Amino acid sequence: MSPRTPGADLPEHPDFLWRNPEPKRSYDVVIVGGGGHGLATAHYLAKNHGITDVAVLEKGWLAGGNMARNTTIIRSNYLWDESAAIYEHALKLWEGLEDDLGYPILFSQRGVLNLAHSLQDVRESVRRVEANKLNGVDAEWIGPDEVRKVCPIVNTSTDIRYPVMGATYQPRAGIAKHDYVAWGFARRIDQAGGDLVQDCEVTGFTTDGDRVTGVRTTRGDIAAGHVVLCAAGHTSVLTDMLGFRVPLQSHPLQALVSELLEPVHPTIVMSNAVHVYVSQAHKGELVMGAGVDSYNGYGQRGAFHIIERQMAAAVELFPVFARAHLLRTWGGIVDVTPDASPVAGRTPYANLTINCGWGTGGFKATPGIGWCLADTVAKGEPHPYVAPFALDRFVTGALVDEHGAAAVAH
Amino acid sequence: MQLIECPWCGPREEVEFHYGGQAHVAYPDDPAALTDEQWAHYVFFRDNPKGRFAERWSHSAGCRRWFNAVRDTATYRFERVHRPDESPTP
Repeated sequence: MSPRTPGADLPEHPDFLWRNPEPKRSYDVVIVGGGGHGLATAHYLAKNHGITDVAVLEKGWLAGGNMARNTTIIRSNYLWDESAAIYEHALKLWEGLEDDLGYPILFSQRGVLNLAHSLQDVRESVRRVEANKLNGVDAEWIGPDEVRKVCPIVNTSTDIRYPVMGATYQPRAGIAKHDYVAWGFARRIDQAGGDLVQDCEVTGFTTDGDRVTGVRTTRGDIAAGHVVLCAAGHTSVLTDMLGFRVPLQSHPLQALVSELLEPVHPTIVMSNAVHVYVSQAHKGELVMGAGVDSYNGYGQRGAFHIIERQMAAAVELFPVFARAHLLRTWGGIVDVTPDASPVAGRTPYANLTINCGWGTGGFKATPGIGWCLADTVAKGEPHPYVAPFALDRFVTGALVDEHGAAAVAH
Repeated sequence: MQLIECPWCGPREEVEFHYGGQAHVAYPDDPAALTDEQWAHYVFFRDNPKGRFAERWSHSAGCRRWFNAVRDTATYRFERVHRPDESPTP
């Protein structure tokens, strides 16, 4: 009997979810950045507006930046009307996204607790709950006993450094499998005829007066009728090429997972004061994130003392985690604005739409911002949900100041 | 944790320092003469390069003095540090 060829018995490779095409020399719309926002924009351009001559250019591999590095938390309990509107729009889309994409995304609405540890926290939290209710966002204020009912492993005793004095609770908040979300969008874009071009870094732009005529890339020049920037932490690198400024600072943001554990954590817990947010992924890892590293950085890595402090906070809140082992840490690059709100909409170039500044919280907005950017490109007018986040708000002074206001752990 | 060279104290651990953002942003000579746009650029807009960046740092848990640094934001390497009264170029 002759020896069998190694691997001969292996199953066929599953079908690819998208082609890996050579870029054409021209597109109606070129989207720079193949992360969640870029993919969602291309999807809704095709689905809502029938615009399919679209390329998504990605300098690395598809959805390998912040889309692969976030902690997957989805919620809409933001303080200000402008923020609540776009995040709630996104949350409603999340609720139907699996059907829309025809692809499993493991969206699990397990609720989010935002803990209050001081009288000031309590006041701000109650205020935010009332604001949320007025905006049609599900929210309630609950005391320590109810916190324990929602999440029994939170330490609600009074003898800890930062006792839990209550929490805001948004039951419709949840988590999703971020990779599946990206793949689901990518598959739909490919089916609609859009090109997903990986390993294609934008190195410059061609312009004519107040119009961008195309992009220069590592895979050749590509002409474009409209260009959308969805480059998150690298946005400043692109706007420097275009000669206008956006008030962004790029910071490393780290997250980590534990080893796989039995289901112990039924919800999402965030705490601004001690600075940690935790959920348990479907497979069983505890997924945790903290605040940004203080300095500007493009290195997709941060300092270990940030992780150390984050773990101290986590163990204080969840004594049961004390013996869990850290499996993996990583970093992404987040683009932070002065008011902790995104910048989206018009630029000095008539056919260039910008989308950036989502800082530490862009994942949750993915379908919402994609929807609004597609609408903005198709109609040539900022969608009402992105209009408040225009670049010129830093000149007019109409900031959407979510720093500390939005249950945001920036 | 990386060591940062304080121009007064020498190399110390990163946790002793506080980041101060872009260096050499001067207060406008005549603030009242600025347009809203110019004022916005002074208040809100800072450079955000990938690569060499002139920054301010404070040795907040040490001598508490401010100093300037040129650091690479892609590698996080400090190229040089200098006191505010020293020239930014070697």
